[in-house]
Amino acid sequence: MERTQKIQNTAGSEASPSGRFRGASSFSYPSGGLGGAVATRNACKLCAPLGASVAFKGIRGCVPIIHGSQGCATYIRRYLISHYKEPVDIASSNFTEEATIFGGGANCHTAIDNVISQYKPEVVALTTTCLSETIGDDVNLYIHNYKLHAKDRELPHFIAASTPSYQGSHMDGFHEAVSATVKSIAEGGGKGSHINLFPGFVSTEDLRQLKTIMSDFGIGYILLPDYSETLDNPMWETYRRIPEGGTPIESVKRCGSACASIEMGTVLNKGSLSGRVKNNNLSTTAAEYLKDQFGVENHRIPIPVGVEMNDLFFETLSRVSGIPIPEKYLKERGRLIDSYADGHKYVFGKRAVVYGEEDFVVAMTIFLSEIGIDVALAATGGESGRLAEEIRKYCPAKAGTILAKNAYDYEMIHEWCTANKPDILIGNSKGYYIARDLKIPIVRCGFPIHDRIGGQRIKHIGYTGTQELFDLIVNTLIQDKQDKSPVGYKYM
Amino acid sequence: MGELLKERMKQIVTKRQGDHAEIACGKASLAGSVSQRACVFCGSRVVLYPIADALHLIHGPVGCAAYTWDIRGALSSGPQIHRLSFTTDLKEKEVVFGGETRLYNALVSLIDTYKPKGAFVYATCIVGVIGDDVEAVCRRVTKEKGIDVIPVMSEGFNGTKKDGYKIACSALSKLIGTDPVYKAPEYSINILGDFNLAGELWMLSEYYRKMGVNLVACMTGDGRIDDIRKAHTAQLNVVQCSGSMVHLAKEMKEKYGIPFMKVSYFGIEDMSDALYEVARFFKSEEMMEKARALVKEELSRLLPALQPYRAQLEGKKAAIYVGGAFKAISLVKALRLIGMKTVVVGSQTGNTDDYNLLKELCDEGTIIVDDSNPNELSEFVKLTGADLFIGGVKERPIAYKLGLGFCDHNHERKEALAGYEGMLNFAKEVHASVCSPVWKFMRGPTPTLPEGEGERGNHI
Repeated sequence: MERTQKIQNTAGSEASPSGRFRGASSFSYPSGGLGGAVATRNACKLCAPLGASVAFKGIRGCVPIIHGSQGCATYIRRYLISHYKEPVDIASSNFTEEATIFGGGANCHTAIDNVISQYKPEVVALTTTCLSETIGDDVNLYIHNYKLHAKDRELPHFIAASTPSYQGSHMDGFHEAVSATVKSIAEGGGKGSHINLFPGFVSTEDLRQLKTIMSDFGIGYILLPDYSETLDNPMWETYRRIPEGGTPIESVKRCGSACASIEMGTVLNKGSLSGRVKNNNLSTTAAEYLKDQFGVENHRIPIPVGVEMNDLFFETLSRVSGIPIPEKYLKERGRLIDSYADGHKYVFGKRAVVYGEEDFVVAMTIFLSEIGIDVALAATGGESGRLAEEIRKYCPAKAGTILAKNAYDYEMIHEWCTANKPDILIGNSKGYYIARDLKIPIVRCGFPIHDRIGGQRIKHIGYTGTQELFDLIVNTLIQDKQDKSPVGYKYM
Repeated sequence: MGELLKERMKQIVTKRQGDHAEIACGKASLAGSVSQRACVFCGSRVVLYPIADALHLIHGPVGCAAYTWDIRGALSSGPQIHRLSFTTDLKEKEVVFGGETRLYNALVSLIDTYKPKGAFVYATCIVGVIGDDVEAVCRRVTKEKGIDVIPVMSEGFNGTKKDGYKIACSALSKLIGTDPVYKAPEYSINILGDFNLAGELWMLSEYYRKMGVNLVACMTGDGRIDDIRKAHTAQLNVVQCSGSMVHLAKEMKEKYGIPFMKVSYFGIEDMSDALYEVARFFKSEEMMEKARALVKEELSRLLPALQPYRAQLEGKKAAIYVGGAFKAISLVKALRLIGMKTVVVGSQTGNTDDYNLLKELCDEGTIIVDDSNPNELSEFVKLTGADLFIGGVKERPIAYKLGLGFCDHNHERKEALAGYEGMLNFAKEVHASVCSPVWKFMRGPTPTLPEGEGERGNHI
């Protein structure tokens, strides 16, 4: 009961929008603990333009431009390259002092010009930064002016996402970009039999898995974004300025005539007010917009990890399409459950710490609870204020024992782990230093994986994704036991 | 050749007999060109990063701190505070009403918790726009906490990465000379511009120690606030990575009359020169003898060890694209030592002198480039048929995608490449990449599928 209250308090205090415009002088800091309250130490989140850039990379023929200083684009490229191990070209409008004072219009214009002449893109996607938003640059106006100026030429499609880094995290940027894409491109028209699939921020392997599933069902679909190729290309014989793959603009147009949308993730960009106000409107997700605008029904499900959530996903697919679940998946499901029996003892009652983006943490918490692992701490750097609520909703039996923490950073996780000695850490590679310090095993998944190859190929979703995670977690715990055993042993 | 930006053509030259065209450099990057450079903040941050007992607090929204967390392979022999990423993580509220209160509270609580010997506060883009008086907050905390809290006004838009270096140098210069008591022993130097990547500084200082040279401060590898305070007592500044640190060396010459010399620790020739030059400066025959003995001993070990690598690398071609041009110059020479030829060479921040030197040094037909981008680099590599690319993280996937070897020579590397030991590591790494059997799959033909056997996808 005490723990439950803890969850409520956490959610309550962080979601409160009332203090949003209080003056700096009256600004007070929550007492107790250092961390996020006063300074962020080893942030467990990234800035909004990074998320937007990833999403835009999932559109065919798209070159993202970050409207801000050169460093924003370069740092974000470097961060993404270290995970995807792929060239990630993102242009910058390269602000100077002059642009900062007089506005970034001229730089924006030059950047678009140069991107078009170098890359010949189908789509130019602009994402803003803290700098350009604060000085009040109107990117949509710049695009309008550019189109007027170049009206004799054939131009690419333009998309603009408002992503200041002081509003929300990289996930807000990601969803804002998907939403901005649909808003500016989708068209209505007669209802088709195809469905929209909004997968959220998952791995390239996850996206490929989703495409195989849709293919096996035989459902026409639009997957947005689809960076399964653009951020995880096969070897090239010649260098490509824009990698192949991505969701074609022609497909995005047809989002409005789909028979349904399936949206993965339940937190999305639906968090506290900060980050959700775009051009004086509350931001919506792409699927919400399509529902409001074109009456496309929306099925929102957590990112499907684990048997339960995959059942929900496959049943939803089957219901929406009227096509029975292919036998292949029933077998995958059967094998997964069979392995649950083989491995259950090794995970039961183990205390895990899960961290990362909110929707990732929710998905993993549901899965871990399902296999008998106790999630002792579910932590995110995001500040939507929705984490505890979503965990309560999907893991009602366990909610009382799960400490769900918003606005956490890695040092807060570190301190918590030092005090509470969990059995395993589950999340991205940034938690490695904590695992190393406390000699706790870590299972790397999610984003980013900077200290291993193949991070982009980690599969999380579907029955087979769950299978791989389950095997990995069981084996990591067995290995830990073996390592700590004075004699070692040859059988499980 | 695919289309390159016309505005960039003056920043690219090819070495040809009788061609004296001078390269354009030191310009701001062209908007939309996907420059490999970062920003002013980046320049300041990388220079100050290795000071291990200082608190580095980044004042701004979360991104700038998140992307620079534990980013360099700069080792510390003691405190590790520099490997933590601290930020005021500004939100909309502070952007509207100012972030000074948040900065003040963050500084005070972090100083109380981590007890650093000093603190650097980095101003990011937005701080310059909302007009927080960072300097005033730093002054106040300095007074209250009794440690130097130094503002680093490194707003990203305020110039190029090079300007960031200068700003970092001014921050260091505020510390230098603040230890009035310390007297340096005879034959004392400061090392400027080494960042102790993979422990390189420890190797270098060992060489100098064997020659009888004392190290007062290194800026900034394995750096300590109290050592930097004493830096004005050294008799000589030995400057590597001249792009980042030469400003400070010049300032120290003016202020304290300390002469400086530019050196490089990469490759045998440059490394040995760096030792001989110091001995020559101190006009000590004994020191010179020790240096000669050291070099002789090291070479007698190194040269035979290099031979098997050279045998396999002879005639292979390399492309170099690194941050500073001085490093590029050393790399051209180091590559020659293992039998390799440089066909493309460029840097993010080189100056005219650096590029002229490169032009002199390189073979006919070598492409020399300033502030390049992925499109150009991939074209140059194709054009010249390079077998190896030397660069940083951002260049690595370009090399791999094109099926050529890669050697990481940026500040994230985990292998020591400086000094004699480093030269052997360099040869090993180049060899491991260039001679790997995997490239044959990338350059060879792909098996073709029979008709209709492609993916049965139905992405509409």
